[in-house]
Amino acid sequence: MEWIRQKLDKFKKPFAKGEKLEKYSPAYNAIDTFLFTPNHTTRKGAHIRDAVDLKRVMITVVLALLPVLLFSMWNTGYQYLKQVQPEVDFWEAFGHGAMEILPMIVVSYAVGLGIEFAFAIFRGHDVNEGYLVTGLLIPMIMPVGLPLWMLAISVVFAVIIGKEAFGGTGMNILNPALTARAFAFFAYPTYMSGNGVWVMNASDLDAVSGETILGSLAAGQEISYETMDMFMGVIPGSVSETSAALIILGALFLILTKVGSWRIILSSLIGAVVMGLIFNALPALGVEGNMLTNFPWYNHLLVGGLMFGIVYMATDPVSASQTTKGKWIYGFLIGFLSVMIRVFNPAYPEGVMLAILLMNVFAPTIDHYVISANIKRRVKRKKEGINPQVKTVV
Amino acid sequence: MSNDIRIKRGLTLRLKGEAEKTVVDAPRSKTYAIKPPDFHAVMPKMVLKEGAKVQAGDELFFSKYTPEIRFTSPVSGTLLEIKRGEKRRIMEVIVEADANDSFREFGKLDPSSDVEVLKERLLESGCWAFINQRPYDIIADPKDTPKAIFVSAMNTAPLSADVEFILQDKMDAFQAGINALSNLTPGKVHVSIAKGKGEAFKGLKNAEIHQVSGPHPAANVGVQIHKVDPINMGEFVWTVKPEDVAIIGELLLTGKYNAQRTVAVTGSEAKDRKYFRTKIGANVSDLIGKVDDDQVRIISGDVLTGTKIGNGQYLGFFPNELTLIPEGNKYRVFGWMPFTYNNIPSNSRTSLSWLFPKKKYEVNTNLHGEERAFVVTGEMEEVMPMDIYPMQLVKACMAADIEKMENLGIYEVAPEDFALVEYVNTSKIEIQEIIRLGLDLMITEVG
Repeated sequence: MEWIRQKLDKFKKPFAKGEKLEKYSPAYNAIDTFLFTPNHTTRKGAHIRDAVDLKRVMITVVLALLPVLLFSMWNTGYQYLKQVQPEVDFWEAFGHGAMEILPMIVVSYAVGLGIEFAFAIFRGHDVNEGYLVTGLLIPMIMPVGLPLWMLAISVVFAVIIGKEAFGGTGMNILNPALTARAFAFFAYPTYMSGNGVWVMNASDLDAVSGETILGSLAAGQEISYETMDMFMGVIPGSVSETSAALIILGALFLILTKVGSWRIILSSLIGAVVMGLIFNALPALGVEGNMLTNFPWYNHLLVGGLMFGIVYMATDPVSASQTTKGKWIYGFLIGFLSVMIRVFNPAYPEGVMLAILLMNVFAPTIDHYVISANIKRRVKRKKEGINPQVKTVV
Repeated sequence: MSNDIRIKRGLTLRLKGEAEKTVVDAPRSKTYAIKPPDFHAVMPKMVLKEGAKVQAGDELFFSKYTPEIRFTSPVSGTLLEIKRGEKRRIMEVIVEADANDSFREFGKLDPSSDVEVLKERLLESGCWAFINQRPYDIIADPKDTPKAIFVSAMNTAPLSADVEFILQDKMDAFQAGINALSNLTPGKVHVSIAKGKGEAFKGLKNAEIHQVSGPHPAANVGVQIHKVDPINMGEFVWTVKPEDVAIIGELLLTGKYNAQRTVAVTGSEAKDRKYFRTKIGANVSDLIGKVDDDQVRIISGDVLTGTKIGNGQYLGFFPNELTLIPEGNKYRVFGWMPFTYNNIPSNSRTSLSWLFPKKKYEVNTNLHGEERAFVVTGEMEEVMPMDIYPMQLVKACMAADIEKMENLGIYEVAPEDFALVEYVNTSKIEIQEIIRLGLDLMITEVG
């Protein structure tokens, strides 16, 4: 290791301040600091610092995504192979899926990180780690058959318009990964919904049974999957959204490491359950309802991208509410609106993407009102001259 | 109604290298120094020239814009050097000490005498510099009348000195100091002690005792003010550190300015870890000898709020600690890998250090990462036991949005209240400095 460090130090020289390649130092630093946490020491303020940094936080999210990603590789292959042959071998399915998904990941990282590096050099700041997560999320929420060039354009749109236009990591209003999906959704609708896009190579098959469950319900068809299939995720859908079981595992990991906000995850679930229960109660109130309203509330949680969205996207700290109370409201409305959009809008069989993007836009407003309450307390205290003199537990 | 304060949010850092509970007299330093940068917002104006003879308590310099506030020599001797930094700013006023102190005689004074007389005595003896004002965390203006005075007779900062131990044989002077302070305010003097400790303070008169429990920053006076009598716009609260109360008391009882400072030498790199009895502004070499300051960070104060000093430099005016920890100027391979390097304490669960709540850690000064934009939310609130939104306030300070800062509670905070926030911050942003600059902006814009 010492040897590598010495090589790096030597290699680093032209990137130092005042040297020839100074402009490109953000690109070099990104690689150097990936290998070695730098020897910077504190200069002002607290002399000691916590071991955590942004790299750790982002890598933790990537770790939480890995089980879901591996499963989706298998499921992608399985959904295809089961339609062309009676018996499906585990490794064969996994291999097929991996061959389909890995290129998507490579394209997403190559294009996205390329833009991030370019902006870092242009603006003269270090490369932020946010894209490590975004770049993995984008292929995971797309339909498997999406042409790679469309994926690349979506990434370009998400990173430049969704993030860098607002000032880069930490400043964006919308979740960049969902921005990419929304772009693809509206720009290339035929590749983003319908019967044929959820199974790889669908066009080569004679007859595909690759409808998503929500798609079938919206079309008023009976579905052939058991609740257990939905929970385990052996169903067609966007690359990684299907397995509720593994997403819950990822959620537990995020909550345990305190990287994902448990408040947002829990309140989103509550919101979805409440909306689901309201729709389920319609027949009792004398309203007939349809396939979607009568879809049991617990199944609403399991199908579509709801679970994936609230665990990995709604918890994005930059685009979510920042205050504790705000997080409860923000999460609840995401769950509530997701199920509502599903049921009411047949053009969008899945509502979670739009619900999260909508709440991303409203998160600053929610925070504004939460903070206003704090300001009002302060004003009231001054006006009434209250001297608390009591134990206040915070 | 209870006077107890219970703090829930916060973080107590357990570090290696606590000072042993024994007090020894430090050898008398050859030189002592008063450092004007210790007094924020004070523009020093010298009254003596180099080579002048001084007694302990003689004026060295005063504050240019509030000339009543004077700063005096802690020892008797000769004014050796006025050390200047950039733009001729005075950095250190160094006094070469005599073998024995001779004191300027101020004469005894009853703490309950007329307020103006008492104020003048504190000002001329240099004791006024001990009285700090909130808002803004600067030396109090003698023309103001504070609504209350707070003394935090406890410590929760990592490796901090034990106040009860420091004051054990100064309780008479402490009581006299409290009496004087209670004379300066129409309100109350609040003294906070650690719950279950502080027996010595139980009999204190002229003060309201608060028993405080909970993790750091429970002992920060800002947190206690916030719980007991929060500062609204236009109000003033004064704060004094406990050993300084005793110095004030001794001045009134004996008529002498005895700038005695008991300093806990702590930290994993300190060899002789105990309490030293010395004077304000002593040369640190006399407490710790010579250390390799490329490898060891010498901090006048505690690890969260102290000031970095070098070999042969001087103790700060206020702190009761001298902390020595290793410098962290080393690379770490794959430092970003979660659940590795668990020997570095972390409030985050991406390290396993939370599984060992009793373990004591050896910490260094590495930044453990690089500065980034604000991304992670919720971490600051976990260590901020005030009804204040820390991240929003920090952002308002960065944007220099005065109205927002006011609304979000800038008057109630000092940089030290944000020390833990800065420590846990994932993005490694210099938050204490941002708050300090925010307060400075308020001083110039609002006053």
